Amino acid sequence: MTRMSWFNTVSLTLGFAFLYIPIVILVIYSFNESKLVTVWAGFSTKWYGELLRNDAFLNAAWVTIKVAVASSTFATVLGTMAAYVMVRGGRFFGRTLFSGMIYAPLVMPEVITGLSLLLLFIGIGLDRGVLTIILAHTTFSMCYVSVVVSSRLVTFDRSIEEAALDLGCTPSEAFRLVTLPIIAPAVISGWLLAFTLSLDDLVIASFTSGPAATTLPIKIFSAVRLGVSPEINALSTIMIAIVATGVITTSLISKRQVIRQRREEQEAERS
Amino acid sequence: MSNTVFAPWDDPSEQPLIKFENVTKRFGSFIAIDDLTVEIYEREFFALLGPSGCGKTTLMRMLAGFETPSQGVIDLAGQNIATVPPNLRSVNMMFQSYALFPHLSIWDNIAFGLRRERMPKDQIDERVSEMLRLTRLAKFARRKPHQISGGQRQRVALARSLAKAPKLLLLDEPLGALDKKLRQETQFELMDIQEKTGTTFVIVTHDQEEAMTVASRVAVMDHGKIIQIATPDKIYEEPNSVYVADFIGDVNIITGTATPSGDDTYAIQWSEDTAPLTAKSAIPFSTGDNCHVAIRPEKVAISADKPSEATNAVQGKILDIAYLGNSSTYHVELPNGAVIKAQTANTRRISRRAFTWEDTVWLSWTATAGVLLAN
Repeated sequence: MTRMSWFNTVSLTLGFAFLYIPIVILVIYSFNESKLVTVWAGFSTKWYGELLRNDAFLNAAWVTIKVAVASSTFATVLGTMAAYVMVRGGRFFGRTLFSGMIYAPLVMPEVITGLSLLLLFIGIGLDRGVLTIILAHTTFSMCYVSVVVSSRLVTFDRSIEEAALDLGCTPSEAFRLVTLPIIAPAVISGWLLAFTLSLDDLVIASFTSGPAATTLPIKIFSAVRLGVSPEINALSTIMIAIVATGVITTSLISKRQVIRQRREEQEAERS
Repeated sequence: MSNTVFAPWDDPSEQPLIKFENVTKRFGSFIAIDDLTVEIYEREFFALLGPSGCGKTTLMRMLAGFETPSQGVIDLAGQNIATVPPNLRSVNMMFQSYALFPHLSIWDNIAFGLRRERMPKDQIDERVSEMLRLTRLAKFARRKPHQISGGQRQRVALARSLAKAPKLLLLDEPLGALDKKLRQETQFELMDIQEKTGTTFVIVTHDQEEAMTVASRVAVMDHGKIIQIATPDKIYEEPNSVYVADFIGDVNIITGTATPSGDDTYAIQWSEDTAPLTAKSAIPFSTGDNCHVAIRPEKVAISADKPSEATNAVQGKILDIAYLGNSSTYHVELPNGAVIKAQTANTRRISRRAFTWEDTVWLSWTATAGVLLAN
């Protein structure tokens, strides 16, 4: 290990401070005994207990998870299909237009996406609830999935699919037996991305949710407007813990796989 | 069969396995294959040789079914396969990148095609084990493709494409990714396997040495056309054009005008201040016709004194010596500025080499050493 220069040390410290001081404060205050958020009155886990008895929050959490699982699954299916057509479909008529349109939601302001979806749902007379949020989240997270999957497909050796056809697969068998297993990591990370996007979306959900279904971000946002309560700190801490565990686990698993693969390749060349 | 030479292309009663009839393939305005007709026979090891962009890969991909011809008929065992999709052809391909399935073990890679045929499990087991034995891969069966070396991967690709016992096996630059020594070993292995299985092989390569080593016949291609099809020795000794002579091996090309002097012999006037050359040719030339004499460097003898009986002898000065270990190539500049290459085998140690730079030497060759070409 080389010693870092003082400049690098300072930059690193400042960077991490900016990123994590607010979160650390939130976590600390979630264990605050006092009901007042700004006054420290000793360590306690009572707000976590309170949270578990709060049906409104639990309902919202349940809705959020349902929406996230359903919308990210739909988005993954549609996004993977779109990516496959874009990368493998050749130069069909309207390809450029289609690819531009797939990626447009990436740069579209969320407020506009939300508003247009709201108008659509009113127009076709669909009652706003869990279903409309799922549809809306599928719409905006699909393009993220297709970006992730198509970047994998671009680096994918085309002749592997041709080999599958050559050995007797129909095109759909080739996709199912060869392409899909190979791009699976990209499809899974696309799903995770869509899942987290759906989990923390506030803007689009607030346009498309109805009185019957409220997601957690909407619930937190409206609760905070009445004043920050320690319960919300506790809830946020739990969410941070879940996300952090997920991120750390996946990165550890993929890192171990890369190391193992490299070691096996070296051994193969030596033998 | 054992004492007759394998040459079905010379036997009019033999039916070819593959027939391309006036096949043209266009990509937009680019013509990749230009009105091409070729016949390939059963059990042949047929090489398509040419520079990149000559259409050899397109020709192979049409055989595999990844491209359909714009015009013409491709016949495989009497059936027009021009529009049959790749999964319904009895043709398998070994890809340049090997295209092994990275998520499957070596065993499953080889069994992949057999499973698509819904072959009973015990027959699959038997066939895969046979392929593993043939390619000496038995102890790697449970490994994944990234756990074996490049040479082993090449053999897996071969085993996988042979497993379904295709009528025709296509090999796209099969040895391109191997280093030179391994490539030479593998060439003989390929020939051995081709002989054992009796499969018809069509190989695409840009490496002329590889084509000459493995093939029963070589087709030299350029700009979507086949320039010459012949056995490796004919391609080398009797090229039909300057293009083929130049593409295969090293060659001296002398351009001049022919004058018949009887008995298939011609005098070639090629330089004002040099005596005409003498060459024999089966192809007729008339007086004043332009012609090219193609002479392989190893057929040009080099000596210090003027050889007394040589048909053609020219004097020049050594410009350059390329020492290749087993042989040396001398670049000799003639008084008229032309440079002729002469190759000699280094049967003696280098310290006893007779000639060095700037030495004046005589080059000589016989009337039959060179080939007379019209274009």
